Amino acid sequence: MTFTLPTLPYAHDALEKAIDKTTMEIHHGRHHKAYVDNLNAAIQGRSEFDGQSIEAILAKAATLPDDIRQKVINNGGGHANHTLFWETMSPNGGGDPSGVLADAITSTFGDLATLKQKVKEAALARFGSGWSWVVVSGGKLEILSTANQDSPLMHGKTPILGVDVWEHAYYLRYQNKRADYVDAFWHVINWSDVAARFQKAGH
Amino acid sequence: MRTPDRRDALRVALAGGAAMLLPKAVVAQEAAFSLPKLPYSFDALEPHIDAKTMEIHWGRHHKAYVDNLNKALAGKGEWEKKTIEEILKSIADVPAPVRQAVINNGGGHHNHSLFWASMGPKAGGEPTGPLAKAIDAAFESFAKFQAKLTAAGMTRFGSGWAWLVSDDKGKLDVISTANQDSPLMMTPVLTPLLGVDVWEHAYYLKYQNKRADYLAAWFKTVDWKVVAERHAKAGK
Repeated sequence: MTFTLPTLPYAHDALEKAIDKTTMEIHHGRHHKAYVDNLNAAIQGRSEFDGQSIEAILAKAATLPDDIRQKVINNGGGHANHTLFWETMSPNGGGDPSGVLADAITSTFGDLATLKQKVKEAALARFGSGWSWVVVSGGKLEILSTANQDSPLMHGKTPILGVDVWEHAYYLRYQNKRADYVDAFWHVINWSDVAARFQKAGH
Repeated sequence: MRTPDRRDALRVALAGGAAMLLPKAVVAQEAAFSLPKLPYSFDALEPHIDAKTMEIHWGRHHKAYVDNLNKALAGKGEWEKKTIEEILKSIADVPAPVRQAVINNGGGHHNHSLFWASMGPKAGGEPTGPLAKAIDAAFESFAKFQAKLTAAGMTRFGSGWAWLVSDDKGKLDVISTANQDSPLMMTPVLTPLLGVDVWEHAYYLKYQNKRADYLAAWFKTVDWKVVAERHAKAGK
């Protein structure tokens, strides 16, 4: 069983209003590719992973064999996180969510602006490399951040939206201005993909 | 390493009997820690480290660590009077509500101060004298030391540092730390002699994902005289 780098669902320059083309090329073609390659190397020759999704593997990360656990957390997490990241952005993104997701945001956070503010706070408070997430946990929306490539799936929580705050995600255009990058991210957010993940998570 | 700053100048003034003349508010405004001057120009480490990276790394990232350290310790009189080394060595005693902020920003301040001072134009090469002997004793050869420090830099997943450290007897080792954690916070304390920053902000503009290329280039900027002085002090 080997994992493969997913194709980007849009052109490298499609997200220019938030993320520049060079960053997309390197982020997808080199960083994400390295996670996929290193994940495959870590699990090579281990038939127990045959037919398992990366999500299923991460959900039982704590029980993985000692000699590969951290490699799978880092690289399997990197693969799952980036796959979600690409899919939850779109050149036609932005705006507001609708339907049950919008209702859940209103009932949990009061309004969309508050959710955005909390995602930003989690992103800015993450010292070093990591992610800021909106997750579904016990049927409810939550905001949290993880270090490095740790996946919320390792903690029994289902990510439906993630902002990559590794410096490689934004440094070429924004340098030290992580806040500006997070603000711009909302211009490309693909709410219909986030809503589909929310439905699937069984809120 | 804390370089002389405005607070030291103020102390001299106070010692000189000027204290009575200074309104309290002025004293309170003096920040405890300040951004040290770079000992060379932004473009001095070209082509190994580019001028733009130096400008942003020093002028924005390091400055933010200093500002946030000052904020964390503001009004905590006894802590503001200590050196950054003293603070990091007794990190467990720093008040819990600000401890993580001091680890991150105090570590960031100290690590970067060491980093700038241990690089220079027309540097690189290999150490000589007692440091060279200690490196051979610990790692067999300079080449093996170089490979080990490079491996420590490459295997640090996420943000952090790779270090050449000394224990209190002058024995050397290579370690890496996450984020801005300082070897001085370890038990027993390890003295950092040489550190290489592997946060992506240290190399991304020029090297992007090629951390290995950055590490190879960085070795050409190491000022071994500075490292040898640190080693001589650490072994005493």
